[in-house]
Amino acid sequence: MKITLAHGSGGMATAELIDKVFAERFSNPALDMTEDCAVVDGSKKIAVTTDSFVVTPLEYKGGDIGRLCICGTVNDLLMRGAFPKYITCGFIIEEGMDTEQLERIASSAADTAKEAGVAIIAGDTKVIEGKGGLYINTAGVGFVPENVNISAALCRPGDAVVLSGNLGDHHAAILSHRMGIENDIESDNAPLVGMVSAMLDAGLDIHAMRDVTRGGLGTVLNELASASNCGFEIYEDSIPVSSGTASFAAILGLDTMHMGNEGRLVAVLPKEQAERACSIMRGCKYGENAAIIGTACEKSGVSTRIGGRRNVSALMGEGLPRIC
Amino acid sequence: MRDLREIAKELARYDGEPLTFMEVCGTHTASISKNGIADMLSPKIRLVSGPGCPVCVTVSSYIDRLVALSMRENTCVVTFGDMLRVRGSEKSLREASAEGANVRMVYSPVEVIKLAEDDPRTEYVFAAVGFETTAPVYAILVEEMIARSISNIKLLTALKTMPAVIDRICSEPNAISGFIAPGHVSVITGSGAFEPLSDKYGLPFVVAGFEGEELLAAVYALVRLKGRAGVYNFYPRAVSREGNLKAQEKVARYFEPCDAAWRGMGVIPMSGIRLRPEYAAFDAGSGGLLSDAAIGNGCSCHEVIAGRISPVECPLYGSPDDPQGACMVSSEGSCFNYFENKRGRA
Repeated sequence: MKITLAHGSGGMATAELIDKVFAERFSNPALDMTEDCAVVDGSKKIAVTTDSFVVTPLEYKGGDIGRLCICGTVNDLLMRGAFPKYITCGFIIEEGMDTEQLERIASSAADTAKEAGVAIIAGDTKVIEGKGGLYINTAGVGFVPENVNISAALCRPGDAVVLSGNLGDHHAAILSHRMGIENDIESDNAPLVGMVSAMLDAGLDIHAMRDVTRGGLGTVLNELASASNCGFEIYEDSIPVSSGTASFAAILGLDTMHMGNEGRLVAVLPKEQAERACSIMRGCKYGENAAIIGTACEKSGVSTRIGGRRNVSALMGEGLPRIC
Repeated sequence: MRDLREIAKELARYDGEPLTFMEVCGTHTASISKNGIADMLSPKIRLVSGPGCPVCVTVSSYIDRLVALSMRENTCVVTFGDMLRVRGSEKSLREASAEGANVRMVYSPVEVIKLAEDDPRTEYVFAAVGFETTAPVYAILVEEMIARSISNIKLLTALKTMPAVIDRICSEPNAISGFIAPGHVSVITGSGAFEPLSDKYGLPFVVAGFEGEELLAAVYALVRLKGRAGVYNFYPRAVSREGNLKAQEKVARYFEPCDAAWRGMGVIPMSGIRLRPEYAAFDAGSGGLLSDAAIGNGCSCHEVIAGRISPVECPLYGSPDDPQGACMVSSEGSCFNYFENKRGRA
C-alpha cells in the first residue's frame, strides 16, 4: 500500500495508519494512553535535546532512518552524561511511500529504542506532497546523575583523547549507496548507552564527550577546542579506520577526519585514566576498535603518518568527492 | 629506494640552491597539505600549487551562463558540488538556487541519465568541467545518451588539457625548477605527454602517486635532479608512457581540441576540448564563454596558480567563508589549503 495525503488528514485514515504502523511497535504505558501529551516521572536534573533526520537513502547497509533517529538523539543525551529515558518521534511522510517500508523503519526505531532503554512516549504523523520520502524529528529527555558534570568547556591541557572506534563508516556506507558502489562497508549507527554507562560506572572522571557525527572528528575537535580554549595534538597513526573505508575515502578524495559516524564518541579525560577508558570501551559492544588518539595541549596539530605536521579545521561546505 | 626517514631527514637538512617545485594536480595539493609535507622540507625547498583544480580555473562567464540556464523554465543545471560555490560576475549557482533556480548536485556525470529519463520534460544541463581525467566520463555519457536516444541532456563544457597550461606557465617568468606531474591526468595521457615540455624547457617532470610517501619520494627525486630535464614515472602501477589508449580514443571520438579560457590567465590556444561539430546538438552553448571577471578586480589567481606569489600575497586573500577567487572555493584550491592549514585548531 502507498501513503496518500489522506493519511495525514487527521481523520480515519490517519488513525488507521497510526494503528497499523506505530501503536503496537512503539507501545508503552505513557504512549498507550493516547492523550494529547505524555505525563511521566522526572528527575532533579534533566537533559533535553532535539534532532531532525533527513538521510537519503532511507535504508542503507547496517541501518536505516528509524535506527538513526533513535541513535542520534540518545547519543546526544549521553554526551553530557545523561541517561536517556524518553523520546518523541514526529514522522513527516511524503505521499507515495510504501507502508511496508514505513513499517520496517518503525520496527527498526522500536528495536533500537529498546536496545537503548528509552520509551517513545509521544509521536506525530504528517503527510506532505512529494515522492515517497520520509523525515523524522525527535526530542529526547535524559536524567543526569547528581555528581556528573561533562561539558565541552572542561577539556584541560594534558587530558587524553580517546576515540571509541573506526572513523567514517556511516558516511562511507551512505555515500556508497548513493553512488551505486558495491562494497562491504556498513554504517556504524548505534546507541552508546552501554559504553557510556560502563565508563561512568567505573568512576572515570570524564571531562568532555562528543559523538562524532556530521563534520567528523576534525569538526568535533575544533568545537571542543573553541569551547575549552585547549588545542589538540593528534597522532594520525593511532586513529582507527577500517581498510574498506580508508580505500573508499582515498578513491573519492575524502578525508576520514571529516567523515561522519553515528555510533562513535570521543572522550576527553585525565591521561592517567586513558588506558582504562580505552579498555572499558573495547570491552563494550561497538567499542572494539577504541584507541587513544592524542592529548589536549596548548599548541595544536596533527602529526601525520609520514612524520609531517598539519592542522585540521572544522569541515567547510559539504565534504564532496573530488572531481579530477 | 632509500628509507623514508632518511629521505625526510635529507629534505629537512637541504642547504643547496633554492628550489621551487610545482604540483599541477588538485589531489596532490590536498595530499601534500594533508600529510604535512611542506612542514617537512628545508626552507630552501618551496612547493607551489599550479592550475590543477578544474573548479579553480573556471572563468566567470561560464558560471554566469550556468546561472542563467538554471533560471530558465524547464531547465535543471546538474553539477559537481564545488561548482555550486564559485561566483560568476554576479552570483554563484548556490545563490541562484536559493532564489529558486533549478540546480542539482551529483557525484558522477552518469547520474544525470537517470534524472533525465525520469523527467523527460526537463532539459538537464551538465556543467562539464574537468581535465583529461574527467573527459572520458563525459565521452561515456554522450555515448549513453546516443545509445538510449536521450535528447534532454546537454553539456556546457569547460574542459581543459594540462600540457598547454604548463607550457604557458613555463613560457612566462617563473622560479620553477621542476614539476610533480599530475597523477590522475597521467593515467589517461601517459607520462609521455610531458616529454615535449621537459625537452622544450629543460625541466624535470616526476609523475607521482597520492600517498604521502609517494609525494615525498617525488620531491626527493626533484631535489636530486636539480632541474635536469627528463620525465620520470614514480607511479608505474597506474601510469604508462602511452596512457590509457581506449580512453583517449573515446574522448577523441566525441571531442576536439579548442582554445580555452583559464581563470585569471586568459585564453590559452588549444588548451581545451569541445564537442565535435557532429555532436553539437548535445552542446548547451559552450562556445565563446571566454571573458573573465577575475581579470581587473585585483584577484591574483593567475599569479597564485602560476606559482609567482604565495596565496597571502593576493590582495583579495581572505577566508573560505567568503571566497573571492576560485582557489579559495575548492577543497583542492591553493588558497583554501593554505588557509585551512593556518586555521585548524586540531
